[in-house]
Amino acid sequence: MLNFNQIKTILSKKVVGIAGAGGLGSNCASSLVRCGIGKLIIADFDIVSELNLNRQFYFKDQTGMFKVDALRDNLLRINPLCMLQMHNAKVTQDNAGIMFSTCDVVVEAFDDASQKQMLIEYMLTCYPEIPLVAASGMAGWGNRESLKVITSGNLYVCGDSSSEVSADNPPIAPRVGIVSNMQADVVIEILLRNANLNRDF
Amino acid sequence: MKIILNNRSEEFAGDSLTISQIMEIKSFYFKMLVVRLNDTLIKRDEYASTQVKDGDDLKIIHLVSGG
Repeated sequence: MLNFNQIKTILSKKVVGIAGAGGLGSNCASSLVRCGIGKLIIADFDIVSELNLNRQFYFKDQTGMFKVDALRDNLLRINPLCMLQMHNAKVTQDNAGIMFSTCDVVVEAFDDASQKQMLIEYMLTCYPEIPLVAASGMAGWGNRESLKVITSGNLYVCGDSSSEVSADNPPIAPRVGIVSNMQADVVIEILLRNANLNRDF
Repeated sequence: MKIILNNRSEEFAGDSLTISQIMEIKSFYFKMLVVRLNDTLIKRDEYASTQVKDGDDLKIIHLVSGG
């Protein structure tokens, strides 16, 4: 068993990549910063809009800002000493390797299913040794018992794998928050499980 | 044959089936998916040629938009 000091020491040496800074990525990042992860590498190309505020970790006065800039400000308010590497860029197969190849774990936090598939296929093919924590299915409300983590080797998929976002099934704070924090929890689990006490101390 | 499909034991007639055939039998018509056979990634263009045999662990994970 690890004590709290050992846990903090291990996590402080880890690097986690987050692809996307929307409902999943922004909330996952805030949890991971609170856990004391050594460094976060976060990529997004979007701008904070009013519609994002129902579930994403941004504030009204940040609308119009690039998400990576707003999220950096917010994460630094949690811990001014946290190490952040923000990329204001759309993640593609051409740049994902450059951004995320040094990570201990990568979180897939996109909105669009085809982007999710692109990153999952790319990372599992090119960096199969890096654990990838993805998410699928978190729209609407209720039905909490359907939220789960599907594990296959180094791939973890959080969510219900079925509730797609639509006009009458919008993404809203509680369920998006649950799944983004399931992702953060899986990250911590992986990092502490793989911790090598001889190497990490 | 007996396989594990999405963490559940399932039985199919015959000794082996392709992933495409299993998707058809199970009526999986998802647009975006991740398929893992014994924890190995199977890409879309390999669904029709990849054989699933008795005892295999097959995961067909549906990717939906939202986040």
